Amino acid sequence: MANIRDILKERILVLDGAMGTMIQRHQLTEEDFRGERFKNHSCSLKGNNDLLSITRPDIIKSIHAEYYAAGADIAETNSFGGTWVAQDDYELASAVYDINYQAAKIAREVADEFTAKEPNKPRFVAGSMGPTTKLASMSPDVNDPGFRNISFDELVDTFKEQAKGLIEGGVDLLLVETITDTLNAKAALFAIDEIQLEKGTDLPVMISGTITDASGRTLSGQNTEAFVISVEHAKPLSIGLNCALGAEALRPYLKTIREKSNCFVSAHPNAGLPNEMGAYDESPEFMAKQIKVFLDEGLVNIVGGCCGTTPAHIKAIADLASTYTPKNN
Amino acid sequence: MSLHPDYTGDYKYKWTDLPYLKLSGLEPLIVTPEVNFINIGERTNVAGSKKFLRLINEKQFEEALSIARQQVEGGAQIIDINMDDGLIDGKEAMINFLKLVAAEPDICRVPIMIDSSKWEIIEAGLKNAQGKCVVNSISLKEGEEQFIAQAKTILRYGAAVIVMAFDEQGQADTYERRIEICEKSYRILVDKVGFPPQDIIFDPNIFPVATGMDEHRKNALDFFLATRWIRENLPGAHVSGGVSNASFSFRGNNTVREAMHSAFLYHAIKEGMDMGIVNPEMLEVYSDIPKELLDKVEDVLLDRTDDATERLLDYADNVKGTVKEQKLDLEWRKGSLQERITHGLVKGNADFIEEDAEEARLIVDRPLQVIEEYLMNGMGVVGDLFGSGKMFLPQVVKSARVMKKAVAYLLPYIEEAKKSHPNPSEGGGGNSFRTADPILYGKLKEFAKIQKSNPTEAEKALWELLRNKKLEEFKFRRQHIIGQYITDFVCLKRRLIIELDGKIHQLPENKENDAIRTGWLEEKGFKVVRFINEQVLADTDNTLNSILHELNQREDVSEASPSGRSGGINGKVLLATVKGDVHDIGKNIVGVVLGCNNYEVIDLGVMVPCEKILQVAKELNVDLIGLSGLITPSLDEMVNVAKEMEKEGFTIPLLIGGATTSKVHTAVKIEEHYKKGQAVYVLDASRSVTVADSLLSDKKTEYVKALKAEYDTVRTHYNNKQVRKEMLSLEEARANKYKIDWNTSKIVKPQLLGTKQFENYSLKEIAEYIDWTPFFRTWELAGKYPNILTDEVVGVEATKVFNDAQKMLHQIIDENWLTANAVIGIWEANTVNDDTVEVYENGNKIAQLYQLRQQSKKAKEAVNLSLADFITPKGTGKTDYIGGFVVTTGHGIEEHIARFEADHDDYNSIMIKALADRLAEAFAELMHEKVRKDYWGYAANENLPNEELIKESYKGIRPAPGYPACPNHTLKTELFKILNATELTGVILTEGLAMYPTAAVSGMYFGNEEAKYFGVGKIEKDQVQAYADASNLTFDEAEKWVSANLNY
Repeated sequence: MANIRDILKERILVLDGAMGTMIQRHQLTEEDFRGERFKNHSCSLKGNNDLLSITRPDIIKSIHAEYYAAGADIAETNSFGGTWVAQDDYELASAVYDINYQAAKIAREVADEFTAKEPNKPRFVAGSMGPTTKLASMSPDVNDPGFRNISFDELVDTFKEQAKGLIEGGVDLLLVETITDTLNAKAALFAIDEIQLEKGTDLPVMISGTITDASGRTLSGQNTEAFVISVEHAKPLSIGLNCALGAEALRPYLKTIREKSNCFVSAHPNAGLPNEMGAYDESPEFMAKQIKVFLDEGLVNIVGGCCGTTPAHIKAIADLASTYTPKNN
Repeated sequence: MSLHPDYTGDYKYKWTDLPYLKLSGLEPLIVTPEVNFINIGERTNVAGSKKFLRLINEKQFEEALSIARQQVEGGAQIIDINMDDGLIDGKEAMINFLKLVAAEPDICRVPIMIDSSKWEIIEAGLKNAQGKCVVNSISLKEGEEQFIAQAKTILRYGAAVIVMAFDEQGQADTYERRIEICEKSYRILVDKVGFPPQDIIFDPNIFPVATGMDEHRKNALDFFLATRWIRENLPGAHVSGGVSNASFSFRGNNTVREAMHSAFLYHAIKEGMDMGIVNPEMLEVYSDIPKELLDKVEDVLLDRTDDATERLLDYADNVKGTVKEQKLDLEWRKGSLQERITHGLVKGNADFIEEDAEEARLIVDRPLQVIEEYLMNGMGVVGDLFGSGKMFLPQVVKSARVMKKAVAYLLPYIEEAKKSHPNPSEGGGGNSFRTADPILYGKLKEFAKIQKSNPTEAEKALWELLRNKKLEEFKFRRQHIIGQYITDFVCLKRRLIIELDGKIHQLPENKENDAIRTGWLEEKGFKVVRFINEQVLADTDNTLNSILHELNQREDVSEASPSGRSGGINGKVLLATVKGDVHDIGKNIVGVVLGCNNYEVIDLGVMVPCEKILQVAKELNVDLIGLSGLITPSLDEMVNVAKEMEKEGFTIPLLIGGATTSKVHTAVKIEEHYKKGQAVYVLDASRSVTVADSLLSDKKTEYVKALKAEYDTVRTHYNNKQVRKEMLSLEEARANKYKIDWNTSKIVKPQLLGTKQFENYSLKEIAEYIDWTPFFRTWELAGKYPNILTDEVVGVEATKVFNDAQKMLHQIIDENWLTANAVIGIWEANTVNDDTVEVYENGNKIAQLYQLRQQSKKAKEAVNLSLADFITPKGTGKTDYIGGFVVTTGHGIEEHIARFEADHDDYNSIMIKALADRLAEAFAELMHEKVRKDYWGYAANENLPNEELIKESYKGIRPAPGYPACPNHTLKTELFKILNATELTGVILTEGLAMYPTAAVSGMYFGNEEAKYFGVGKIEKDQVQAYADASNLTFDEAEKWVSANLNY
């Protein structure tokens, strides 16, 4: 397979867009989520998107295909919540490996189809690893600042299981994303390092943090540069930012990452901030205009979309990105 | 120049192709070559800080966090956290503390150094910090395999690492071993583990120097050399170390330690050390280290001389230091009301206190609450800071000034509140005014208001005559509520109530009969006088006369609060300078400090007779009595007070303080006379609070028990020492006197014979002779002038107080606040009977000055000195001379003290006393110089700068009676007589032979070039008898005057 590092030196790679937004379009029912395997599951499963890789792989595959067709080089597996920390809410901790393995497997299949059709534009699969639903650095109880509802060891345990499923399912990359608490991310990186050592693999890792306020800090309080320093030991392929803010607001922090790290830089912003109806309303053209600024300034090597983005957004971005070559790295 | 022979100049970073060491908390820390030095805070270390250990052990995390916060605020760029202690579960403590730190953005903004000798604690730490930490430390101590495994794990957690120069053979303690182990460790980490070289920090072991052991002499030097080698040869690697280790031999001597830390860093940094665990509060500014100290410290660090250690140890005995001030927020006006009030008090900033007091007054129900709550909370903080050595005395005195200013501002409101709430029925400290029946008060007030606006004709007429103090300045109030009654008119000061009959007296629905009402009021100390309306209107003159008559029959009611501890105060302390003594600076400082700590202080002033002390103590039911005194006879008076207290059945503690008092004296002489209570020696003002607190707390029994045991030991020790001390008979001592060869000794005939008076001498000239060092001692600031002004610990405060002193000194001089008078005299003199100096005028003996002689058995060659040895004996045929002097700069001080005290300004009140004392000493120095050069003229060519005068480098001495060379105060009586001193200077002697004004010095001049100062020490009965005989005293009187010197 083509070496992604080499390709990144030649062109800007495009990441896909939102998975959740696309799944919503299908207006799935409880039965869709349950499928045969979880027909008799003890609790409601509607909304557990990660489960669809097992129960409705057709839909997930079609979404991947839409994004690849729109011009995405990298698709993210449908495994954002594929940890027992998140699946516990659905009493599905036992299905975690399968969720990840299946997510990787179906994405792999779609990617391979597209690569076969367009060998000069190989498609990659990035195993998506979300932040879980709990924070290792912060107390959920304001009156007890020393309390934690998750430990580093528990996080390593769950991320390791997730990474194992993703790797064995055939991903090309691992993407630790939407990092709100750097300690969670460090646990994920620790787990990835351990499993890769055990399995003898050396898949590149992408790291993408989330800036949650206008001062440029993560939810756990680190500023962008401190965040970069805290994760660089994993020798990631890229460090970037995603979610939370629209593209324009990310710019100064992407600049920090570009200046302060030696890796490639990624960005997959939301289609703006949610409006009062909870929808994202930056149009593909509008978003592409923002992304253009990143590209003009040479801030990013990998660019895509997060919440609210669709194949139309990705197409606009991909069309734009194809006209640029990387400024450095 | 490098200390390392292979390299030149200061170290310059040369690995520019490597990335920088980057660390993070919430914010980044990048170690660029331009960063001179990374300061690692060390106080959150249970091994290094007893306080931190205690807090962790007691799970007082809030306070433990504040230590971490102080570190960061104090400039630590990384905080080292160490939980290695047998008493605690280190792993759990590390985890818990890091979790709490993570919730404090002002702490966890800096990177954390996880410090442990236990791997499991290190790993637990790494799992609880989101930033890039530093592990402190790993080494080859347990072999290469473990070293590699640990390094790999650290890499996976994303941390930098400190590597100790330690291997299986042990810790590197030479230059060669240091570089050997460091190089080996580096190669393993970089080549085998793939550790980023810039993330490796070597700790090549800082070991103590000046231990006295030869093998430790190169400990610092070898560290410097190894540092240079590492930085030159191991690409990217850094060097760190625990700097305070170096000065381990000087624990307890912060001055030397701070200088050593600073000098160590200075050299280590030049050789390339770029990080270090340092307590920023234990660091002198390199350029501010006194040269002598710096030379000696560097001799040790660089192993420059063979006797470097001995010389530094010798020097170390002479220098001492204290602790440092903490920094406070500059934007303090934005804080809450309490924060602002506290800040004002802590900083001694009175600029806003009235504004803040007013704001508080509007919030609370009663004006007094502002004091009880807001101000007392603030003073509590002051007390804590002072108690923990973070504030110094001048600051505390300023705090008191702010406090007093606030109280003065509130007083009219409190008075106002008193008017509307008098209640003689309730006692209770600060609440004594708030005495109206609280339940009825509201109703009564309403009714009183109606009554006030609807007065009868008679009331109107009488009020016109009484209001505004029209009747002989007596203040009357109308329709005033007392208890559950409304009075028509009342003079509270004389407790006189005037009632006009023919109208309603009480609440209409609750009529009482007048007899009950009068009975109740009289029980509360009021006299009720009744008039009929018609009488008032018809015969106003007689009514007023009757009222006046009643008023004059009665006495003013004392403002003193009722007995016992009450209200919000910690206790009541009576302070007094004992009979015969007039010195009160120390006592006043104690008063201020106790006042700051919420004690009610009743200060009876100076020269207070025992009877008065005991009488007031009983009347006011005080909790503690504090006695102060400076001159030695005061010691006896204190014993006397203790005896009287025992006799009268007192049981409250007796505090003893003052320059001549001591623990030994208290234990041996005072405590045993006061068995019903406890006598306690108090070293200085700062201790007074702890002592008072302990004595009034529920821990009193334990405290007293410990004290008794301690004093017992002191007594035993004292008694043993007494036994060992061999004494000579007076005869033997005289035989061993100091022998001047009178055939060759030069006796200069004085220019002046007789006395000379100096009136209103130039203060400006005197001021040039001031020795400032004792001035700082008055303020309990340790250090020598002028170095004290730049002292790392007390320098800031010393400079402030010094600047204030300069300002006031100028005023004293320019505005002639004080008058300087002196009289000197020089007369012919000879010694008779070995110890008595006879003084002659025109051939007639005018005085004989008995000079006490050392009586303890001396080593071979040593002599038993007496001042008389410096005067030619009668019978040699030679005429010798002796001089005497009395100087004062204290006249006029009282009005200024009164002025400051009226302004609640203890700070300036103490300041002027301290300055007057310095001026008096300076005046004595100036006069002595004049005598040496002119009036006696035996050193006409002397030309010494002030520093040399302070060192007393000149010839001849001027011993003062009551001081070690002549402890017998009675010499003063003789001197005053022959100098006619009281008439010529205005200085009087008290019955205890203290001088008044207190800013006065008296003494004798001895001109012989062999004359020197010494201490008489202990004397025996035979000498007391000789002294009595020669001084016209009874044996008992003589014994009393030298009581401190008795060896029996």
